[in-house]
Amino acid sequence: MASRFRSLLLTGLLACGLLAGGLPASRAAETAPDDKELSPIIEPEVARREFHEARIDTEDFEVTAFAGILGIEDFGSSPVYGARLAYHIAEWLFVEGALGMATAGKTSYEAITGTNNLSDEERNLTYYNIAVGFNLLPGEVYPSRHTTFNSDFYLIGGVGSTRFAGADRFTFNFGVGYRLLFTDSFALRIDFRDHVFNMDAAVLGQDKTSQNLELTAGLAFFF
Amino acid sequence: MRIQFLWLVILALWVTAMPRAEETAPEYVRIADPYLELHTGPGQGYPVFYVAERGEEIAILRRHTDWFRVRTRRGKEGWVHRDQLERTLSLGGEKVKLATTTLESFSERRWEIGATGSDFGGAAMLGLYGGYAFSKNLSAELGLAQSFGNISSTLSLTGRLVAQPFPEWRYSPFFSLGTGFIEIKPKATIIYPERTTNQMSYIALGLRTWLTRRFLFRIEYDYYTIFSATNDRDDNEELNGWQAGFAVFF
Repeated sequence: MASRFRSLLLTGLLACGLLAGGLPASRAAETAPDDKELSPIIEPEVARREFHEARIDTEDFEVTAFAGILGIEDFGSSPVYGARLAYHIAEWLFVEGALGMATAGKTSYEAITGTNNLSDEERNLTYYNIAVGFNLLPGEVYPSRHTTFNSDFYLIGGVGSTRFAGADRFTFNFGVGYRLLFTDSFALRIDFRDHVFNMDAAVLGQDKTSQNLELTAGLAFFF
Repeated sequence: MRIQFLWLVILALWVTAMPRAEETAPEYVRIADPYLELHTGPGQGYPVFYVAERGEEIAILRRHTDWFRVRTRRGKEGWVHRDQLERTLSLGGEKVKLATTTLESFSERRWEIGATGSDFGGAAMLGLYGGYAFSKNLSAELGLAQSFGNISSTLSLTGRLVAQPFPEWRYSPFFSLGTGFIEIKPKATIIYPERTTNQMSYIALGLRTWLTRRFLFRIEYDYYTIFSATNDRDDNEELNGWQAGFAVFF
């Protein structure tokens, strides 16, 4: 009965408000004389009696967008950018997939002789990899008297493929990284990684192992 | 390719930057142990900075791996390990139950999805695979793999049957028979590159082990036969290799 009365009252007030030239309905409701009488008598219980694990928000995935510098051996240094997706298995262990891309510059030989050994398409470098990370040194940092951030120093390494200079090249990667957690779900990451693959004589005049050092900064979200 | 990639990054950022659909009300538990230790971070190394007492109600805010962020009535927020949380009670007075992955769930898994790295007759190979177990002892797998050789790279699609005689062992050996197709692509720098597709079959002997939670590690030895014999060449190619990989199971 009470609820029917309230809905009637509100409808009436709303209609009055609209007629009165667009007066906000909420303000009209505030001025209702018997507003207090209509507030709920029983406060709803906040805490549930039963425990359900599935209702707890789990934040084991981490997505990172990163940008930085990739030194492509013999081809100079280039900006690199990409994304990573990690799954945290345990407090000390995570697995991560990454995609990255850069455009190689010219070798010294090409610059001196004014030639082009690679087409534009072949100069585009894209890589993917899957890596395992170990949070070796978890810690806390204190930027000010009242601020504390958690941090991780991790070792990471894995395998993947790099498409560069006309071929897909099997690539090892290994390195170190630092994660600074501003909140539980937002972090800054600094990654230093070496991508190692073989280059063939057709491109560089000799078969060689190419070491490609990468330094990147990334923003990470946990979800 | 480049544009697609950029879109992928933008999509990834957009998905994560989206506001949470709804902040769900926290779960509450009552401490049943004499005390509950709150760590400053989600790890054993983080110091205990607060101890909540028996009988106190705490709110569970979120979870990261095996750690739960909780808030006490006095507003202290910290991280509690699942082992301690398991010894609390729901507000209804029942023991709190947390889902656990055990050796039993490992031996009774249905689905398995993983990535492998292998040596394929001297060439490095990367693969993805998915498997379904018909019973504890027998499963089928489908795999896609890319190899990187000096003169050619390959792409293969294979299916196989895997027999596992001792599924309940933590280190569980398996035997496998597989068949599929392999495409051989000579490098662009080789004159007259010609792609060929051949049928292939292989046998494998390996070992699976349960790591933690829903993860397993496996290692195997493979012996491949590529049916490359033609009218001009009557030799089938035979290769052997090693493979190691990680997988999640359900």
